[in-house]
Amino acid sequence: MSLNFDLIMPFIFILVKIAIVIGVTMLHVMYCTYFERKVIGHMQVRLGPMRVGPHGLLQPLADGLKLFFKEDIIPTESDKAVFKLAPIIFTFAAMSSLAVIPFYNGFVVANINIGLLYILAMSSLGAYGVVMAGWSSNSKFSFLGGLRSSAQVISYEVAMGMSLIGVMLLAGSLNLSEIVKAQQQHWYGMYLIPQCVGYFVFLTAAFAETNRTPFDLPEAESELVAGYFVEYSGFRFALYFVSEYIGMIVMSSMAVVCFWGGWTLPPFITNAIPALLLIPGLIIFLAKVYFHIFLFYWVRATVPRYRYDQLMALGWKVLLPLALINIVVTSIVKFLVA
Amino acid sequence: MPITNDMKTKNLTISMGPQHPATHGVLKVVLELDGESIVKCTPYVGYLHRGVEKLAESMTYLSALPLTDRLDYIASVCNNVGYCVAVERLFGIEVPERAKFIRTMTCEMARISSHILGVATHALDIGAMTVFLYSFRDRETLLDLFEMLCGARLTVSYPRIGGVRNDVTQEFLDKLYAFTDTFPATIEREYETLLNENRIWKQRTIGVGVITAEEAINWGMTGPNLRGSGVFYDIRKFAPYDAYDKVEFDVPLGKNGDVYDRYLCRMEEMKQSNRIIRQCIEQLPKGAIMAPDAPKFTLPPKDRVLADMESLIHQFVLITKGPIAAPEGELYASTEVPKGELGFYIISDGSGKPYRMRLRSPSFVHVSALPVLCRDAMVADFIANVGTIDIVLGECDR
Amino acid sequence: MEPKDIAEQIKEKFAGEVKEVSEFRGQVAVILKKDRIKEIMRFLHGTPELNFNYLVDLCGVDYWGKKEPRLEVVYHLYSIEHRHLIRLRAEVAEEDASIDSVVDIWAGANWHERECFDLFGITFKGHPDLRRVLMPEDWEGHPLRKDYPLRSDLGEREWPGFQEVVKLSEKNKAYEVR
Repeated sequence: MSLNFDLIMPFIFILVKIAIVIGVTMLHVMYCTYFERKVIGHMQVRLGPMRVGPHGLLQPLADGLKLFFKEDIIPTESDKAVFKLAPIIFTFAAMSSLAVIPFYNGFVVANINIGLLYILAMSSLGAYGVVMAGWSSNSKFSFLGGLRSSAQVISYEVAMGMSLIGVMLLAGSLNLSEIVKAQQQHWYGMYLIPQCVGYFVFLTAAFAETNRTPFDLPEAESELVAGYFVEYSGFRFALYFVSEYIGMIVMSSMAVVCFWGGWTLPPFITNAIPALLLIPGLIIFLAKVYFHIFLFYWVRATVPRYRYDQLMALGWKVLLPLALINIVVTSIVKFLVA
Repeated sequence: MPITNDMKTKNLTISMGPQHPATHGVLKVVLELDGESIVKCTPYVGYLHRGVEKLAESMTYLSALPLTDRLDYIASVCNNVGYCVAVERLFGIEVPERAKFIRTMTCEMARISSHILGVATHALDIGAMTVFLYSFRDRETLLDLFEMLCGARLTVSYPRIGGVRNDVTQEFLDKLYAFTDTFPATIEREYETLLNENRIWKQRTIGVGVITAEEAINWGMTGPNLRGSGVFYDIRKFAPYDAYDKVEFDVPLGKNGDVYDRYLCRMEEMKQSNRIIRQCIEQLPKGAIMAPDAPKFTLPPKDRVLADMESLIHQFVLITKGPIAAPEGELYASTEVPKGELGFYIISDGSGKPYRMRLRSPSFVHVSALPVLCRDAMVADFIANVGTIDIVLGECDR
Repeated sequence: MEPKDIAEQIKEKFAGEVKEVSEFRGQVAVILKKDRIKEIMRFLHGTPELNFNYLVDLCGVDYWGKKEPRLEVVYHLYSIEHRHLIRLRAEVAEEDASIDSVVDIWAGANWHERECFDLFGITFKGHPDLRRVLMPEDWEGHPLRKDYPLRSDLGEREWPGFQEVVKLSEKNKAYEVR
């Protein structure tokens, strides 16, 4: 009996962890949409949602309910099986990335050795959801959106992977928790300082990966109306919507884990003000994540959209060479120091 | 699988509009695409055709005035003034100075309101969302001022043949003057910082939609679209109407004739309009607001109609028959509206109704030149081009 | 150059073509026969001291019952360099409602000619793409002609557009949510 209990316990523990992570993330996603509308609203001399609840605080709930009860429309000419599968793949890819993110010391659903590669793999898998949606809708606008998106995700995946190699070299590990701990070994406590070029490339590629302005070509509302998910409605649309915000949270978490020292604060700050050590790691982590999410919104309110060829040129001619130079310089420095 | 002969690639035909967020109304454009590049671009218009020219033929000169509001509904005063100028020249009416200045002032208010919206929707098409909402804040001030002036915000019908409908109040002038104090700084601080030196904005607009000066003239383009190519042609300078010969202003010219230059022209024109409004308020003369012989053409005030027999008869004749003593003849008169040259070609056969009223609308010409601007363009450039020609379909389709 | 002098020049050069020169409020109109219209246009566009490089407007006018030939195509030409305007009116008979196109001189004439064709039924010979522009492609008649009926002699309910909507609503009853 006790043997069985020992076997079952870790499973239950993991299931609880998964439930907590998904539940909490969904809540965050809900309020990310609210946060976005408020931030952009105030940047654009308006108030954002104000009607549902005090200061519109219940607006995300109302939106969710509305999407849930909306009629699910499937175009007659669409490829129905693929049409239904696409949002599931997209959501699956986004949600499973959450599994390897260390929210604070020890709290990670799956502490695997190749966490970094796993996240890259999952974000490429998301491209399938987009391409399938674009193709199966049998609409020209979503087709163009799907084409654009696949080209964009593939191009920026390369730059993103390359930009993270510097971090891998310095940390000597692909495990995200290990990367955070490795950063604590140095006085600066975050790879942002030695890897600022890598961070810049990563951040730019993250904007492109999540289809955010200025790289929101796949869903450019003024050109392609809404791009690949133009034919989706109701809850299928909500799945895309939610997954994009999860993608944003995942990308921000990646940036925090790889470059900002995760749930820790740099030693040179904590040495100066020891009281800061009392702040729970989760709060530090979330604050850093929300700073990045704010950055996403800030950029959206500021810049216009790139054109397709300019986007490709930026990816292949600027970001990729920068990332490669960064790798070379980092290896040389590491070799010389060691 | 071996490639057989019956496999071939085909261009993608995509129909943008008439319901599409970037086509500024009900413009339909069929694009033939090879990947992302445009092979052929064919605009279709007419979805908003109301037959203004035909309608005017069975309306008196007076009652045709509100039709012109609905042409370019973003800057309706400019259309009203264009129509009034044409009819006044046809009838030989001399407008009093005060009315001329008021008209010039309101026209320039409408020009600012139109340009600010044109630039903003253009920016929104390219993806800069914030400018769009800033513009609505500033336009709101202008619309409130219009409401204060005559009670209507959008389709004002404020000018009349021979003058304007009612006099301006001092409160209105003060508020407008206060607006002109801050407006240029607002443009520089908020719009130009967001766009002028923005790398992405410049990449998206410089060298896109280029049209040379000769081509632009040949296609009949006017307004900021022509001046963006460096051609000095502004009817306010070439054939001044109203008080434009009494105010000082510069006409901004572009160099390369691309989207960016046209955008800069519009921004600068707003500042010049601001200058004109200030001068109009400063120089506003005292006096009548309606030409002395205009009672033959406009309705007497309502309180006089109710009290005075002669005015009642006057009103009755004007409403039923239209202006008495209209001379026979034909006349083309053009004015500079925000979109370009708005021309009225009116043929009068001596009755109270125009025998033929032809409207030369700038948007119609600009839409016809869209395929030229879209040479060697990509889908995203097409969107930039639709934004840059700043069309209003109400005016294009008439 | 004064518009009157321009009219004189046209008269000199194309003596047989000019029917009449009229002036009203300083604007000069030259009434022409339609046969050599393109030559005249080329002359006005190409002569350096005239240089009419900008076709302001091209429109049709219908003088039904007022004069014969009843249709006219009116050109407003302007020179941005010399700042002079002239109006040319080419007469077009109803039986042979066609005139040479000027699209290869001024590209901007393209849509104006289409509109004139659409609303007046005047064909432009040599136009690259003569289709209706404002009215629907299957429209019957040319609305700006003065003899175009303003009202249908059918009642409101017999109007085909109304019938179509009624039929459609009958058909859509099957999808009504009850």
